[in-house]
Amino acid sequence: MGELDVLKKEAETLKTQIETARKAVNDTTMEAASSGVAPAPRIQPKARRTLKGHTAKIYALYWALDNKLMVSGSQDGKLLVWDTHAGILANCVPLKSAWVMTVSFSPSAGLVASGGLDNMCTIVNISGEKPKTMRELDGHDGYVACSRFLSETSILTASGDQTCGLWDLETGKQKQSFLNHVGDCMCVALAEDQNTFISGACDSQAKLWDIRDGQCKQSFIGHTGDINAISYMPNGQAFITGSDDCTLRMFDMRADQEVMCYQNAQPTAGVTSLSLSLSGRLLFAGYDDFNCNIWDSLKGEKIGVLSGHDNRVSCTGIPSDGMCVSTGSWDSFLKIWN
Amino acid sequence: MSSKMQSSNNIAQARRTVQQLRIEASIERIKVSKASADLMHYCGEHAKYDPLLMGIPASENPFKDKKPCTIL
Repeated sequence: MGELDVLKKEAETLKTQIETARKAVNDTTMEAASSGVAPAPRIQPKARRTLKGHTAKIYALYWALDNKLMVSGSQDGKLLVWDTHAGILANCVPLKSAWVMTVSFSPSAGLVASGGLDNMCTIVNISGEKPKTMRELDGHDGYVACSRFLSETSILTASGDQTCGLWDLETGKQKQSFLNHVGDCMCVALAEDQNTFISGACDSQAKLWDIRDGQCKQSFIGHTGDINAISYMPNGQAFITGSDDCTLRMFDMRADQEVMCYQNAQPTAGVTSLSLSLSGRLLFAGYDDFNCNIWDSLKGEKIGVLSGHDNRVSCTGIPSDGMCVSTGSWDSFLKIWN
Repeated sequence: MSSKMQSSNNIAQARRTVQQLRIEASIERIKVSKASADLMHYCGEHAKYDPLLMGIPASENPFKDKKPCTIL
Protein backbone atom coordinates (compact mmCIF):
# COMPACT_ATOMS: atom_id res chain seq x y z
CA MET A 1 0.00 0.00 0.00
CA GLY A 2 1.25 3.49 -0.77
CA GLU A 3 1.68 5.99 2.05
CA LEU A 4 -1.54 7.78 1.09
CA ASP A 5 -3.56 4.58 1.44
CA VAL A 6 -1.96 3.83 4.82
CA LEU A 7 -2.86 7.31 6.05
CA LYS A 8 -6.43 7.05 4.75
CA LYS A 9 -6.85 3.72 6.51
CA GLU A 10 -5.50 5.16 9.76
CA ALA A 11 -7.90 8.11 9.49
CA GLU A 12 -10.87 5.74 9.12
CA THR A 13 -9.68 3.69 12.10
CA LEU A 14 -9.38 6.83 14.25
CA LYS A 15 -12.86 8.02 13.25
CA THR A 16 -14.33 4.66 14.23
CA GLN A 17 -12.39 4.80 17.50
CA ILE A 18 -13.90 8.20 18.31
CA GLU A 19 -17.45 7.02 17.52
CA THR A 20 -16.99 3.91 19.64
CA ALA A 21 -15.66 5.96 22.56
CA ARG A 22 -18.63 8.35 22.32
CA LYS A 23 -21.11 5.46 22.27
CA ALA A 24 -19.40 3.91 25.28
CA VAL A 25 -20.30 6.94 27.46
CA ASN A 26 -23.72 7.45 25.90
CA ASP A 27 -25.54 5.79 28.82
CA THR A 28 -28.56 8.13 28.70
CA THR A 29 -29.92 11.29 27.05
CA MET A 30 -30.30 14.68 28.74
CA GLU A 31 -34.04 14.39 28.10
CA ALA A 32 -34.29 11.09 29.98
CA ALA A 33 -32.00 12.29 32.76
CA SER A 34 -34.10 15.42 33.31
CA SER A 35 -37.47 13.68 33.34
CA GLY A 36 -37.62 14.07 37.11
CA VAL A 37 -36.89 17.80 37.04
CA ALA A 38 -39.90 20.08 37.59
CA PRO A 39 -40.92 21.82 34.35
CA ALA A 40 -39.80 25.42 33.92
CA PRO A 41 -42.60 27.95 34.39
CA ARG A 42 -44.45 28.96 31.22
CA ILE A 43 -43.19 32.52 30.92
CA GLN A 44 -44.70 35.20 28.72
CA PRO A 45 -42.27 38.14 28.58
CA LYS A 46 -43.73 41.44 27.41
CA ALA A 47 -42.14 43.75 24.88
CA ARG A 48 -41.00 46.64 27.13
CA ARG A 49 -39.15 48.70 24.53
CA THR A 50 -39.27 48.98 20.77
CA LEU A 51 -36.17 50.78 19.52
CA LYS A 52 -36.75 52.47 16.17
CA GLY A 53 -33.96 54.16 14.29
CA HIS A 54 -32.47 51.80 11.75
CA THR A 55 -33.80 52.08 8.21
CA ALA A 56 -32.81 48.64 6.94
CA LYS A 57 -32.43 45.04 8.15
CA ILE A 58 -30.70 44.60 11.50
CA TYR A 59 -28.09 41.87 11.45
CA ALA A 60 -26.41 41.99 14.83
CA LEU A 61 -26.67 43.28 18.38
CA TYR A 62 -24.48 43.14 21.50
CA TRP A 63 -24.92 44.13 25.16
CA ALA A 64 -22.32 46.10 27.07
CA LEU A 65 -21.19 44.76 30.44
CA ASP A 66 -22.98 47.68 32.15
CA ASN A 67 -26.27 45.92 31.24
CA LYS A 68 -27.64 49.22 29.94
CA LEU A 69 -25.94 50.03 26.64
CA MET A 70 -26.62 47.89 23.61
CA VAL A 71 -25.17 48.28 20.11
CA SER A 72 -26.96 47.20 16.94
CA GLY A 73 -25.71 46.94 13.36
CA SER A 74 -27.80 47.28 10.26
CA GLN A 75 -27.32 47.23 6.54
CA ASP A 76 -28.36 50.89 6.59
CA GLY A 77 -24.63 51.38 7.22
CA LYS A 78 -24.85 52.41 10.86
CA LEU A 79 -24.06 51.10 14.31
CA LEU A 80 -26.51 52.53 16.84
CA VAL A 81 -25.68 52.54 20.54
CA TRP A 82 -28.80 52.56 22.73
CA ASP A 83 -29.34 53.50 26.36
CA THR A 84 -31.93 50.80 26.81
CA HIS A 85 -33.10 51.88 30.28
CA ALA A 86 -33.95 55.40 29.17
CA GLY A 87 -35.00 54.12 25.75
CA ILE A 88 -32.91 56.67 23.86
CA LEU A 89 -30.09 56.68 21.34
CA ALA A 90 -26.68 57.23 22.97
CA ASN A 91 -24.39 57.19 19.93
CA CYS A 92 -24.35 56.67 16.18
CA VAL A 93 -21.36 55.25 14.28
CA PRO A 94 -21.50 55.52 10.48
CA LEU A 95 -19.76 52.62 8.75
CA LYS A 96 -17.57 52.71 5.63
CA SER A 97 -19.17 49.47 4.48
CA ALA A 98 -22.91 48.99 4.94
CA TRP A 99 -22.68 45.20 4.75
CA VAL A 100 -22.37 44.51 8.44
CA MET A 101 -22.79 41.00 9.88
CA THR A 102 -21.45 41.35 13.43
CA VAL A 103 -21.07 43.94 16.19
CA SER A 104 -19.57 43.80 19.66
CA PHE A 105 -18.37 45.97 22.53
CA SER A 106 -15.01 45.77 24.25
CA PRO A 107 -15.27 45.07 28.01
CA SER A 108 -15.14 48.84 28.80
CA ALA A 109 -17.63 49.59 25.97
CA GLY A 110 -15.18 52.26 24.81
CA LEU A 111 -14.59 50.33 21.60
CA VAL A 112 -17.02 48.76 19.15
CA ALA A 113 -16.06 46.21 16.53
CA SER A 114 -17.99 45.53 13.35
CA GLY A 115 -17.35 43.16 10.48
CA GLY A 116 -19.03 41.99 7.32
CA LEU A 117 -18.77 41.59 3.57
CA ASP A 118 -15.82 44.00 3.36
CA ASN A 119 -13.72 41.09 4.77
CA MET A 120 -12.49 43.37 7.55
CA CYS A 121 -13.08 43.84 11.24
CA THR A 122 -13.22 47.57 11.98
CA ILE A 123 -12.52 48.86 15.50
CA VAL A 124 -14.00 52.25 16.40
CA ASN A 125 -13.30 54.22 19.57
CA ILE A 126 -16.61 55.68 20.78
CA SER A 127 -15.41 57.06 24.12
CA GLY A 128 -14.56 60.49 22.75
CA GLU A 129 -16.59 63.40 21.36
CA LYS A 130 -16.90 61.75 17.96
CA PRO A 131 -16.46 58.10 16.93
CA LYS A 132 -12.93 57.52 15.65
CA THR A 133 -11.84 54.49 13.60
CA MET A 134 -8.89 52.96 15.41
CA ARG A 135 -8.05 49.87 13.38
CA GLU A 136 -9.12 48.08 10.23
CA LEU A 137 -8.14 44.44 10.64
CA ASP A 138 -7.39 43.28 7.15
CA GLY A 139 -6.30 39.72 6.49
CA HIS A 140 -9.30 37.48 6.06
CA ASP A 141 -10.06 36.23 2.55
CA GLY A 142 -13.76 36.14 3.23
CA TYR A 143 -16.49 37.99 5.11
CA VAL A 144 -16.19 38.54 8.86
CA ALA A 145 -19.30 36.89 10.32
CA CYS A 146 -18.54 37.29 14.05
CA SER A 147 -16.12 39.22 16.25
CA ARG A 148 -15.61 39.02 20.03
CA PHE A 149 -13.23 41.09 22.19
CA LEU A 150 -11.03 39.26 24.69
CA SER A 151 -9.85 42.58 26.11
CA GLU A 152 -9.32 46.19 24.98
CA THR A 153 -6.33 44.99 22.91
CA SER A 154 -7.32 41.58 21.57
CA ILE A 155 -10.18 40.32 19.40
CA LEU A 156 -11.33 37.02 17.91
CA THR A 157 -12.94 36.82 14.45
CA ALA A 158 -14.84 34.14 12.50
CA SER A 159 -14.69 34.35 8.70
CA GLY A 160 -16.21 33.09 5.48
CA ASP A 161 -12.64 32.11 4.53
CA GLN A 162 -13.16 29.06 6.83
CA THR A 163 -10.76 30.32 9.48
CA CYS A 164 -10.98 32.09 12.82
CA GLY A 165 -8.38 34.67 13.78
CA LEU A 166 -6.97 36.19 16.95
CA TRP A 167 -5.82 39.81 16.47
CA ASP A 168 -3.58 42.16 18.43
CA LEU A 169 -5.21 45.59 18.33
CA GLU A 170 -1.98 47.36 19.26
CA THR A 171 -0.25 46.16 16.08
CA GLY A 172 -3.34 45.47 13.97
CA LYS A 173 -1.87 42.07 13.07
CA GLN A 174 -3.21 38.53 13.34
CA LYS A 175 -1.50 36.69 16.25
CA GLN A 176 -2.97 33.26 15.64
CA SER A 177 -5.12 31.60 13.03
CA PHE A 178 -7.41 28.63 13.59
CA LEU A 179 -7.62 26.25 10.66
CA ASN A 180 -9.75 23.12 10.57
CA HIS A 181 -13.28 24.01 9.44
CA VAL A 182 -14.15 23.12 5.86
CA GLY A 183 -16.98 25.64 5.60
CA ASP A 184 -17.53 29.35 6.31
CA CYS A 185 -17.05 30.11 10.02
CA MET A 186 -20.20 31.85 11.23
CA CYS A 187 -19.97 32.28 15.01
CA VAL A 188 -17.65 32.06 18.00
CA ALA A 189 -17.98 32.16 21.79
CA LEU A 190 -15.17 32.64 24.30
CA ALA A 191 -14.74 30.53 27.42
CA GLU A 192 -14.73 32.54 30.64
CA ASP A 193 -11.01 31.91 31.27
CA GLN A 194 -10.28 32.86 27.63
CA ASN A 195 -7.97 29.85 27.18
CA THR A 196 -10.39 28.22 24.75
CA PHE A 197 -13.23 29.13 22.44
CA ILE A 198 -15.89 27.36 20.38
CA SER A 199 -16.86 28.00 16.77
CA GLY A 200 -19.75 27.03 14.47
CA ALA A 201 -19.49 26.81 10.69
CA CYS A 202 -21.22 25.98 7.40
CA ASP A 203 -19.58 22.54 7.48
CA SER A 204 -22.27 21.73 10.13
CA GLN A 205 -19.61 21.23 12.80
CA ALA A 206 -18.80 23.00 16.03
CA LYS A 207 -15.19 22.96 17.23
CA LEU A 208 -13.34 23.63 20.47
CA TRP A 209 -9.98 25.44 20.13
CA ASP A 210 -6.96 26.24 22.28
CA ILE A 211 -6.47 30.01 21.85
CA ARG A 212 -2.74 30.08 22.41
CA ASP A 213 -1.51 27.28 20.17
CA GLY A 214 -4.29 27.43 17.56
CA GLN A 215 -5.05 23.72 17.99
CA CYS A 216 -8.51 22.30 17.38
CA LYS A 217 -9.14 20.03 20.40
CA GLN A 218 -12.59 18.59 19.68
CA SER A 219 -15.07 18.49 16.79
CA PHE A 220 -18.81 18.11 17.38
CA ILE A 221 -21.05 16.59 14.73
CA GLY A 222 -24.83 16.30 14.60
CA HIS A 223 -26.18 19.28 12.72
CA THR A 224 -27.12 18.82 9.07
CA GLY A 225 -26.86 22.45 8.05
CA ASP A 226 -24.93 25.70 8.58
CA ILE A 227 -24.42 26.58 12.23
CA ASN A 228 -25.36 30.26 12.63
CA ALA A 229 -25.19 30.75 16.40
CA ILE A 230 -23.28 29.34 19.35
CA SER A 231 -23.26 30.04 23.08
CA TYR A 232 -21.76 28.46 26.20
CA MET A 233 -24.06 27.17 28.92
CA PRO A 234 -23.18 29.18 32.05
CA ASN A 235 -21.59 26.11 33.68
CA GLY A 236 -18.91 26.36 31.00
CA GLN A 237 -19.03 22.63 30.24
CA ALA A 238 -21.68 22.53 27.55
CA PHE A 239 -22.76 24.75 24.69
CA ILE A 240 -25.76 25.22 22.43
CA THR A 241 -25.76 25.79 18.67
CA GLY A 242 -28.49 26.97 16.26
CA SER A 243 -28.62 25.95 12.63
CA ASP A 244 -30.20 26.27 9.19
CA ASP A 245 -31.33 22.66 9.78
CA CYS A 246 -34.10 24.20 11.96
CA THR A 247 -32.76 22.73 15.20
CA LEU A 248 -30.73 23.80 18.17
CA ARG A 249 -28.48 21.24 19.82
CA MET A 250 -26.69 21.02 23.14
CA PHE A 251 -23.22 19.48 23.13
CA ASP A 252 -21.37 18.54 26.30
CA MET A 253 -17.60 19.00 26.03
CA ARG A 254 -16.64 16.40 28.65
CA ALA A 255 -18.93 13.75 27.08
CA ASP A 256 -17.67 14.90 23.67
CA GLN A 257 -21.11 14.63 21.99
CA GLU A 258 -24.58 15.94 21.38
CA VAL A 259 -26.83 15.50 24.42
CA MET A 260 -30.05 17.25 23.35
CA CYS A 261 -31.84 18.38 20.20
CA TYR A 262 -34.49 21.15 20.23
CA GLN A 263 -36.82 20.70 17.28
CA ASN A 264 -40.27 22.06 16.51
CA ALA A 265 -43.02 19.59 15.60
CA GLN A 266 -43.09 21.16 12.12
CA PRO A 267 -39.51 22.28 11.58
CA THR A 268 -39.58 24.74 8.72
CA ALA A 269 -37.55 27.73 9.82
CA GLY A 270 -33.81 27.96 10.30
CA VAL A 271 -32.35 29.22 13.57
CA THR A 272 -30.51 32.52 13.21
CA SER A 273 -29.56 33.35 16.79
CA LEU A 274 -29.72 32.17 20.40
CA SER A 275 -29.27 33.44 23.97
CA LEU A 276 -29.32 31.75 27.36
CA SER A 277 -30.80 33.11 30.58
CA LEU A 278 -28.55 33.55 33.61
CA SER A 279 -29.00 30.03 35.03
CA GLY A 280 -28.98 28.49 31.57
CA ARG A 281 -32.45 27.06 32.02
CA LEU A 282 -34.15 29.25 29.41
CA LEU A 283 -33.04 29.17 25.79
CA PHE A 284 -34.24 31.99 23.52
CA ALA A 285 -33.88 31.24 19.81
CA GLY A 286 -34.55 33.52 16.84
CA TYR A 287 -35.87 31.95 13.65
CA ASP A 288 -36.39 32.81 9.98
CA ASP A 289 -40.18 32.65 10.52
CA PHE A 290 -40.22 35.95 12.47
CA ASN A 291 -40.56 34.31 15.91
CA CYS A 292 -38.34 33.81 18.89
CA ASN A 293 -39.04 30.50 20.67
CA ILE A 294 -38.37 29.95 24.36
CA TRP A 295 -37.10 26.46 25.21
CA ASP A 296 -36.56 24.67 28.52
CA SER A 297 -32.89 23.81 27.91
CA LEU A 298 -32.89 20.79 30.27
CA LYS A 299 -36.14 19.11 29.22
CA GLY A 300 -36.13 20.08 25.54
CA GLU A 301 -39.68 21.45 25.63
CA LYS A 302 -40.91 24.65 24.01
CA ILE A 303 -42.39 26.82 26.77
CA GLY A 304 -43.12 30.14 25.13
CA VAL A 305 -42.86 32.42 22.12
CA LEU A 306 -41.91 36.07 21.67
CA SER A 307 -43.94 37.35 18.76
CA GLY A 308 -43.98 40.90 17.58
CA HIS A 309 -41.51 41.22 14.74
CA ASP A 310 -42.73 41.53 11.14
CA ASN A 311 -39.71 39.84 9.63
CA ARG A 312 -36.90 37.41 10.45
CA VAL A 313 -35.39 37.64 13.95
CA SER A 314 -31.71 37.91 13.06
CA CYS A 315 -30.13 38.41 16.48
CA THR A 316 -30.84 38.07 20.18
CA GLY A 317 -28.96 38.96 23.34
CA ILE A 318 -29.23 38.79 27.11
CA PRO A 319 -27.20 41.21 29.24
CA SER A 320 -24.86 39.86 31.93
CA ASP A 321 -27.38 40.60 34.72
CA GLY A 322 -29.98 38.45 32.93
CA MET A 323 -32.67 41.12 33.32
CA CYS A 324 -34.15 40.94 29.81
CA VAL A 325 -33.81 39.48 26.35
CA SER A 326 -33.43 41.70 23.28
CA THR A 327 -34.28 40.79 19.71
CA GLY A 328 -33.25 42.44 16.44
CA SER A 329 -35.02 41.90 13.16
CA TRP A 330 -34.99 42.40 9.42
CA ASP A 331 -38.04 44.60 10.11
CA SER A 332 -35.44 47.21 11.31
CA PHE A 333 -36.61 47.23 14.93
CA LEU A 334 -35.13 46.03 18.20
CA LYS A 335 -37.32 44.90 21.05
CA ILE A 336 -36.56 44.38 24.72
CA TRP A 337 -38.58 41.77 26.60
CA ASN A 338 -38.99 40.61 30.18
CA MET B 1 0.88 21.63 -10.69
CA SER B 2 2.99 18.54 -11.48
CA SER B 3 1.50 15.24 -10.45
CA LYS B 4 4.41 14.76 -8.05
CA MET B 5 3.56 18.01 -6.26
CA GLN B 6 -0.14 17.10 -6.27
CA SER B 7 0.51 13.73 -4.67
CA SER B 8 2.87 15.16 -2.05
CA ASN B 9 0.19 17.78 -1.22
CA ASN B 10 -2.34 14.98 -0.81
CA ILE B 11 0.02 13.12 1.51
CA ALA B 12 0.72 16.27 3.55
CA GLN B 13 -3.05 16.85 3.86
CA ALA B 14 -3.64 13.21 4.85
CA ARG B 15 -0.89 13.46 7.50
CA ARG B 16 -2.53 16.57 8.96
CA THR B 17 -5.91 14.82 9.02
CA VAL B 18 -4.46 11.83 10.86
CA GLN B 19 -2.62 14.06 13.33
CA GLN B 20 -5.82 16.00 14.05
CA LEU B 21 -7.85 12.82 14.53
CA ARG B 22 -5.20 11.44 16.92
CA ILE B 23 -5.62 14.53 19.09
CA GLU B 24 -9.41 14.28 19.05
CA ALA B 25 -9.38 10.54 19.73
CA SER B 26 -7.09 10.86 22.75
CA ILE B 27 -9.36 12.85 25.10
CA GLU B 28 -10.95 11.43 28.25
CA ARG B 29 -14.75 11.30 28.09
CA ILE B 30 -17.26 11.27 30.95
CA LYS B 31 -20.65 9.60 30.88
CA VAL B 32 -23.64 11.56 29.54
CA SER B 33 -25.46 10.72 32.80
CA LYS B 34 -22.75 12.54 34.79
CA ALA B 35 -22.67 15.47 32.37
CA SER B 36 -26.48 15.77 32.59
CA ALA B 37 -26.48 15.52 36.38
CA ASP B 38 -23.87 18.27 36.69
CA LEU B 39 -25.84 20.54 34.36
CA MET B 40 -29.14 19.92 36.16
CA HIS B 41 -27.42 20.66 39.46
CA TYR B 42 -25.99 23.92 38.12
CA CYS B 43 -29.33 25.11 36.74
CA GLY B 44 -31.06 24.16 39.98
CA GLU B 45 -28.56 26.04 42.14
CA HIS B 46 -28.71 29.19 40.01
CA ALA B 47 -32.44 29.26 39.25
CA LYS B 48 -33.24 31.67 42.07
CA TYR B 49 -30.79 34.22 40.62
CA ASP B 50 -32.30 34.06 37.12
CA PRO B 51 -34.63 37.08 36.65
CA LEU B 52 -36.21 35.83 33.41
CA LEU B 53 -37.03 32.50 35.06
CA MET B 54 -38.25 33.88 38.39
CA GLY B 55 -40.02 36.96 37.10
CA ILE B 56 -39.08 40.54 37.97
CA PRO B 57 -41.14 42.64 40.39
CA ALA B 58 -42.23 45.89 38.72
CA SER B 59 -40.35 47.95 41.31
CA GLU B 60 -37.06 46.32 40.29
CA ASN B 61 -37.62 46.26 36.54
CA PRO B 62 -35.52 48.90 34.74
CA PHE B 63 -37.64 48.35 31.63
CA LYS B 64 -41.06 48.48 33.25
CA ASP B 65 -42.43 51.48 31.38
CA LYS B 66 -43.51 50.48 27.92
CA LYS B 67 -42.59 53.27 25.56
CA PRO B 68 -41.41 53.32 21.97
CA CYS B 69 -38.18 55.14 21.09
CA THR B 70 -38.31 56.83 17.71
CA ILE B 71 -35.44 58.62 16.00
CA LEU B 72 -36.76 61.40 13.84
